Amino acid sequence: MRELKILAIVIFFTAVTYWGVEPYAHSQMHPHVAPADFNFKDIQPLALNGNNENGKTLVEANCIACHSIKSLGLEAPMSNDDAASAYGVVPPDLSHAGVIYDKNYLAGFLKDPVNATKLSHKFGDTKPYAMPSYSFLSDQEIADIVAYLKNVVATKPTDKMVFEEACGRCHSMKYDSFKAQTSSTFMKNYLGAEAPDLSMMIRSKKAEYLTPFINEPLKMVEGIAMPRVGLTAASQEQVIAYMENVGDRKKAEREDLGLKLIGFMAIFTLIAYAWKVRIWKEVA
Amino acid sequence: MAQTRRDFIGMALGGITAVGGVCTLGAMKKSWDPLPSVQSAGFVTVDVSTIQEGEARSFQWRGKPIFVLRKSADTPKNAKRDVVIGEKVFTLVIGLCTHLGCIPSYDAKQKSFICACHGGVFDASGINTFGPPPRPLDIPPFKIAGESLVLGEEGEEYKKLTAKKA
Amino acid sequence: MAEIRKSEGLIDWLDQRLAVKAFMRVMMTEYWIPKNINFLWAMGVVLVVLFGVLLVTGLLLLMYYKPDINLAFDSVNYTIMQEVEYGWLWRHMHGVAASATFLIIYIHLFTGIYYGSYKKGREMIWITGMVLFIAFSAEAFSGYMLPWGQMSYWAAQVITNLFSGIPVIGDDVVIWIRGDYVVADATLTRFFMLHVVLLPLVIIVVIAVHFYSLRFPHVNNQDSEELNFDVEAKKFLDGRKKESKVVPFWPVFLSKDFFVVGAFMTFFFLLCCYHFDFAMDPINFEPANSMKTPAHIYPEWYFLWNYEVLRGFFFDIAGIAAMDIGLIAFVIANIVFMVLPFLDRNPMNTAPAHKRPLFKYWFWILVVDMIVLTVYGKLPPTGVNAWVGFFAAIIFLGLFIALPFITKHEAKGDVQ
Repeated sequence: MRELKILAIVIFFTAVTYWGVEPYAHSQMHPHVAPADFNFKDIQPLALNGNNENGKTLVEANCIACHSIKSLGLEAPMSNDDAASAYGVVPPDLSHAGVIYDKNYLAGFLKDPVNATKLSHKFGDTKPYAMPSYSFLSDQEIADIVAYLKNVVATKPTDKMVFEEACGRCHSMKYDSFKAQTSSTFMKNYLGAEAPDLSMMIRSKKAEYLTPFINEPLKMVEGIAMPRVGLTAASQEQVIAYMENVGDRKKAEREDLGLKLIGFMAIFTLIAYAWKVRIWKEVA
Repeated sequence: MAQTRRDFIGMALGGITAVGGVCTLGAMKKSWDPLPSVQSAGFVTVDVSTIQEGEARSFQWRGKPIFVLRKSADTPKNAKRDVVIGEKVFTLVIGLCTHLGCIPSYDAKQKSFICACHGGVFDASGINTFGPPPRPLDIPPFKIAGESLVLGEEGEEYKKLTAKKA
Repeated sequence: MAEIRKSEGLIDWLDQRLAVKAFMRVMMTEYWIPKNINFLWAMGVVLVVLFGVLLVTGLLLLMYYKPDINLAFDSVNYTIMQEVEYGWLWRHMHGVAASATFLIIYIHLFTGIYYGSYKKGREMIWITGMVLFIAFSAEAFSGYMLPWGQMSYWAAQVITNLFSGIPVIGDDVVIWIRGDYVVADATLTRFFMLHVVLLPLVIIVVIAVHFYSLRFPHVNNQDSEELNFDVEAKKFLDGRKKESKVVPFWPVFLSKDFFVVGAFMTFFFLLCCYHFDFAMDPINFEPANSMKTPAHIYPEWYFLWNYEVLRGFFFDIAGIAAMDIGLIAFVIANIVFMVLPFLDRNPMNTAPAHKRPLFKYWFWILVVDMIVLTVYGKLPPTGVNAWVGFFAAIIFLGLFIALPFITKHEAKGDVQ
């Protein structure tokens, strides 16, 4: 009985200390933030239905001078380094753009890219954003473009493809031998900061933080150079899954082996207890 | 009675500890194994299409020199050792003298591999003809893929050659 | 020379040459431990097991770790964590065992204080134990630098900078310790040497002395009862096992320890596989960047109380700079436990704390104060947090100033 009382006291003080230095301290250091907003409420929703054919014409006339659509065999007009030096950053491939980005976000982005990406602290009249505004197009034309982009490919992109299209223009993934399309010297000129390698980001930031962060970086870190890219909830999950697959690829093994190790030690403890009881019966 | 039961529990405790110990040693053994990156580097594809007749070229595989000699028409063939790709006949050997592991060099005039360390000589098929080497130059595992050789993989032709030796 | 005769078997052969039977008697079967103990007496063996875990997993990590600032991070986070089979397991076990070691050390230390096991002939056990605490602290700190993440780098930066507080030679000492003007490759490689060779050697030697110093005064018991070990041992050997107040180290004492170790290791593997962030801070999975300090930096939890004593003094007092007061308090905090046996002016009363009228309050205030220091050592030192830290640091120092008076007063009470 006395031993259990002592154990309770030890556990109590240990638990209080743990609570203080982990959950409590972290709640103080990282104040609660609003959950990720995948509806992009600040952007006016796209009310019209687009016309695919019309969209195709518009995309061919306006987009492919800079953007590639590799799934259709349309290669980029310039090499990555030439494009980076011309625009500041390599323009994204549009193969899955209609799938991985939210449609309202895409429409808002076409009209006002700086506002949609939340980069007004980085770009303005003095330093124009690489993507021009297409606010001169009518709402119907914008809807047509979005409709076309959504229909470019029928297949769902893999986790890695989403990462490469949405993040890979700026970020490298060293542990998966993936190098950012825009080299770091251009990145520094473009956004004033180098984009970090994301190999271990899943362990250093954790999925819980990355979810609201990728959705809207500026909300989480004041003055950050990373744009809001407008991923849908599903494609953002794919990005995080890919990051976990690279940065924490032994997770499944760890969680599986954990059960075995705990089970083994529990059996050991039971036998050890039985042995202890036998031995002490003789002496006490 | 009490005594045997105590012994049984004690033995069970010793037994489970031993099981845990063996499993731990097994895991440690695996940690000593060559890394996946090392193992995958153990497969090298070499292009032999550009080698001229009578030319010997060297490559690196698993840290060792590999000699590929394309035999000229007048060089004696050796069905037990030749690697034949279409019309072309090659000698493929690990370039380490079977005596003590020095690297021999190919002498085109004598059509022989000559080891400078202790004077060992191998003919154009890699068979020891003079000096201390105890056996012919070793043939690395290979697979023929078009006009290339994949070193490290055991292809049909490699199995045939090793079978003939035995 | 002993008489050597034809041996009757392997044990006998060894016994004639190495006296293994006598050795086993002295170390195991006739090494007497009081019977009146609780599971807190198993913490020593738990620590031995944890040290073993650290040693073995450390050897495995050493096969792939590269002590070079350009390679260290990737060798840990890619090669060991992702490529080496079970490499992640060794690293998680190593990191969690380091943290768990300190948890058990604190339990062990407070057990010693509570039951008065630091005095009346047991001073050397206490002092060698505190030397081990300091050696383990150095070991933990040097090891934390090796993955070369953000926390590794900035902890190294901040802690080595502490030495600049030494009068006159401070700045030179900092450069000497680092081997460079900043924390750099030379720093990493020399701390690697300390972590894998010098400090483990010191720890092993001090552990041996710690155990040895236990032999003469013997292990204490729950009621600090004076035992005549010779008489009690004879009772046990004569078969009056239930009557005897002692038990042999093997198998009786260890049988209980195995159970405690088993229960603890079950918990340990739970932490290793599912709940390791407290021991492996996420921020350290970001590569070291000498141009960017993380928003929040803090030491590992087991250094926090100490760190808060340093940080607690945030304003100048009587013309002495805040940093200097903090440093002095920090140095005092690090050595004050070492001299505990000499601060206690009631050296003959070894009753457990609950039987001592004033000491029991002293003990529990100390525990609570150290937990407050630990928690506030991690919180950002702003606003009210800074004042809580300040007062907790004052209370900490005050407790040790008060101890001689409290115990002296108690001693007078004993006489009456």
